[in-house]
Amino acid sequence: MSAVQKRLDEPLASGQQLSGASDWTFDLIETYFDAIQRTAKRYQLDTYPVQLELITAEQMLDAYASVGMPVNYRHWSFGKQFIASEKNYRRGHMGLAYEIVINSDPCIAYLMEENTLPMQALVIAHACFGHNSFFKGNYLFRMWTDASSIVDYLVYAKAYIAECEERHGLEAVEEVLDCCHALMHYGVDRYRRPQKLSLAAEEIRRKDREAYSQQQINDLWRTLPKAAGKQAKKENRRFPEEPQENLLYFIEKNAPLLEPWQREIVRIVRKVAQYFYPQRQTQVMNEGWATFWHYTLLNTMYDDGLLTDGFMMEFLSSHTNVVFQPPVTHRGYSGINPYALGFAMFTDLRRICEHPTDEDRAWFPDIAGSDWRATLDYAMRHFKDESFIGQYLSPHLMRELRLFSISDDAASKELEVAAIHDDVGYRRVREALARQYDLNWREPNIQVWNVNLRGDRALTLRHTRHNDRPLDNSAEEVVKHVARLWGFRVRLESVDSSEQVLQHWEVSPAPQPAHG
Amino acid sequence: MRVVPARAKEFLTTVQNNSLLHQIIDRRLAGKNKSIGNRERFLRRYRDQIRDAVRKAVGERGIQNIEEGADITLPRRDVSEPVFGHAPGGNRETVHPGNSEYVKGDRIPKPSGGAAGSGGQGASQDGSGEDDFVFRITRDEFMNYFFDDLALPRLSRTQLLADAPEWKSRRAGFVSQGNPTSLHVVRSMRVALGRRIAMGGDARVELRRLEAHLVELMLLAHTPPTEIAALKHDIEALQQRLKRVPFLDPFDLRYRNRIREPLPTSKAAMFCLMDVSGSMDEARKDLAKRFFILLYMFLTRHYKQTDVIFIRHHTQAAEVSEDEFFHATESGGTVVSSALTLMHEIVKERYLGSDWNIYGAQASDGDNWQQDSSKCRQLLDAKLLPLCRYFAYVQVADEDQNLWEEYTRLRDGNAHFAMQKICTPAQIFPVFRDLFKKGVPA
Repeated sequence: MSAVQKRLDEPLASGQQLSGASDWTFDLIETYFDAIQRTAKRYQLDTYPVQLELITAEQMLDAYASVGMPVNYRHWSFGKQFIASEKNYRRGHMGLAYEIVINSDPCIAYLMEENTLPMQALVIAHACFGHNSFFKGNYLFRMWTDASSIVDYLVYAKAYIAECEERHGLEAVEEVLDCCHALMHYGVDRYRRPQKLSLAAEEIRRKDREAYSQQQINDLWRTLPKAAGKQAKKENRRFPEEPQENLLYFIEKNAPLLEPWQREIVRIVRKVAQYFYPQRQTQVMNEGWATFWHYTLLNTMYDDGLLTDGFMMEFLSSHTNVVFQPPVTHRGYSGINPYALGFAMFTDLRRICEHPTDEDRAWFPDIAGSDWRATLDYAMRHFKDESFIGQYLSPHLMRELRLFSISDDAASKELEVAAIHDDVGYRRVREALARQYDLNWREPNIQVWNVNLRGDRALTLRHTRHNDRPLDNSAEEVVKHVARLWGFRVRLESVDSSEQVLQHWEVSPAPQPAHG
Repeated sequence: MRVVPARAKEFLTTVQNNSLLHQIIDRRLAGKNKSIGNRERFLRRYRDQIRDAVRKAVGERGIQNIEEGADITLPRRDVSEPVFGHAPGGNRETVHPGNSEYVKGDRIPKPSGGAAGSGGQGASQDGSGEDDFVFRITRDEFMNYFFDDLALPRLSRTQLLADAPEWKSRRAGFVSQGNPTSLHVVRSMRVALGRRIAMGGDARVELRRLEAHLVELMLLAHTPPTEIAALKHDIEALQQRLKRVPFLDPFDLRYRNRIREPLPTSKAAMFCLMDVSGSMDEARKDLAKRFFILLYMFLTRHYKQTDVIFIRHHTQAAEVSEDEFFHATESGGTVVSSALTLMHEIVKERYLGSDWNIYGAQASDGDNWQQDSSKCRQLLDAKLLPLCRYFAYVQVADEDQNLWEEYTRLRDGNAHFAMQKICTPAQIFPVFRDLFKKGVPA
């Protein structure tokens, strides 16, 4: 340990140029990894240990299909994903991502066989040091996911679902999974920290849980008459007492007719959704951070004389493609490129620290002129996309990206330019952009509203409209899925701020002939 | 940092926990096709739609490329996974980059498609938007869907073939040699127990006798200590000997024995009879050839032990090779019975005996010489149908010809005779399916 440590602390003698070959070998990857690691150490990047895995393009397609995880349970939707990306790849419509990195401990990064040596170095810097340190440092990941056990948990999930398929048939399992996937984004706890996952503990606790939860449910649906005094009190009890935002959790715990194995599947999907929840909230930051660091690390190495000019040319050309942001008038425009925005913001943040202007001093008095390394580290650790943009998007950058905000009111026939990159508009543009990355704003707010305990057991979900935005038509299909899980009538109502119901869907589950 | 093959990874995990070493794992040989299971589930879910698409594709194809993979198109809404989402409407504010001309308060007419301006997340990641979901299935998959649930009717499996038998393996007792996976633990332990009893038998009897003797001697006061010591020594020696009998000996191990048995297989001969007379114009010939190509592919894929005999006829019939059958352009008048006679001769010559399943498929436009049609019926009725498991006639023309009328009389008395008309390429496959559906009444 100490020997290794010592060797890493020594800076590399400059002028010792690394090979500029284009084909990689294991030795060369090792050399580059070593050099990048030393450079990262100078910037005090804190990372999990790294496990690099070399894979072929086919394996990369496989990894794509199982949402980047090395193992996952089987489901047709992953097959669909695989078929779609395979087709696009074979026809050359789509290049494969150069890398996939998994938030686990050790951090697993895939390198593709087809990549050239400069690309492998880029991937190592981007994934093994950029993403890796983000996974380890960002508060959402620290709070919500347990990197050391996710792979174990997926192994458990895969085995459990395979077992269910064997016992209860492919169709039965597929139906439950379909229903759960439809509600996946409503299967996360937003404010409560989940328990740690662990393969062994999970296996042991499962059986207890099945017995216990069944008992709880039976209690809720008790039909035996109670003593007269208690009855009156419970009569108008509201259930749930407060609206619940975690639909899958609510269903897992309270759906009257689910079998224990079905509850366990709901739970598995819920856990997986929870694991991906931070990633969905930190796309700009995560990619921006990784891009900023591959750029900084490789440039530092070039300045140290480690990299050849040819290497840098290839690296820069890839880097430029990654951070390309077409303007709104461009044919290929499809929204803001998270790589571009994130990279620009971290770079801009460094500029504010190192070369602040008067404007920066006025807008960011605490960080203008501070140590950039510490400021970036703080920003990486304590924010998510929404708050990061709200906090750090500077007027300088808004001007550079020429950001402007468009207000689209259904009542009006025209779009209105609400604000542009000028003195009166900075704050509004920044707020609007930050809100755009707020999941609560992007996804409809739907909660469990009421269960008719004494009557037909109907479940009511309520969509509370924000800015009068209605639900789209797929709601009906999703409500069907909910009804399948709940087992009784399900009603979804969309209400405006005055609690007036504007849209509603109602589905009764099809009678199930096979089992009850 | 070390480079390790994937297999060795497990052994390294302990090491890795102690020091913060990084490792490179070469996974390239660790097996691809992880997604096979998922892909299968997808295909299974959309089986019916895919099968329909395959059938439609075949109707539109030429003879040369009938056996290719295909693009399958599924409507996107069928394969979509619904989630809650916002519909257009209400107020929303979105931020875009690259402003070149606007200032605050500008009003822009809404784009009609609603695309460019609204919804930052508009275009989907896979670049497919609202199009249909199109994907490709391989040639093999294509043909599997294509010939799904078809079979040769009334095929009997009775013969043991000497040259290329089919095998089935089955359990056959236990043997003392084998590979570890077929080790039978209970059997092995039983043998071991028996061996331990047998090997220790004498020693145990002797041991019991000596122990009883020792007790007797101990009870007597005047026994010399040397005798007791000698006895104890003997007892110990015997105990040692018993201990040395091994609990489990390689000799005890028993393995499940599996043997391969030849299975009765079917031997079948399919006669393809095609009319190439002058009345068969290009379109009709094309229909007939397509029909036979389907038949030929079906047979070669599903029945390895099948002889296919190609006969074509105008006024005279000739047995020809596959290539000639499908590609030659010779033509002439029409005497259909010549083909049936030739078929009968070939059967008598080569395929006589109960171990052959004989099938016939005949395609013609039915434009036969008047007297010959009744001769055909008699030939079939008296000679061929008794020999055949199944005989199918396909007329590649719409109008009722005399051959069709004669054959209609034949159909009523013979369950294993079938006839159909094909007038357009689109009908070929339905008719083919109809003729070779699994479970056609025998």
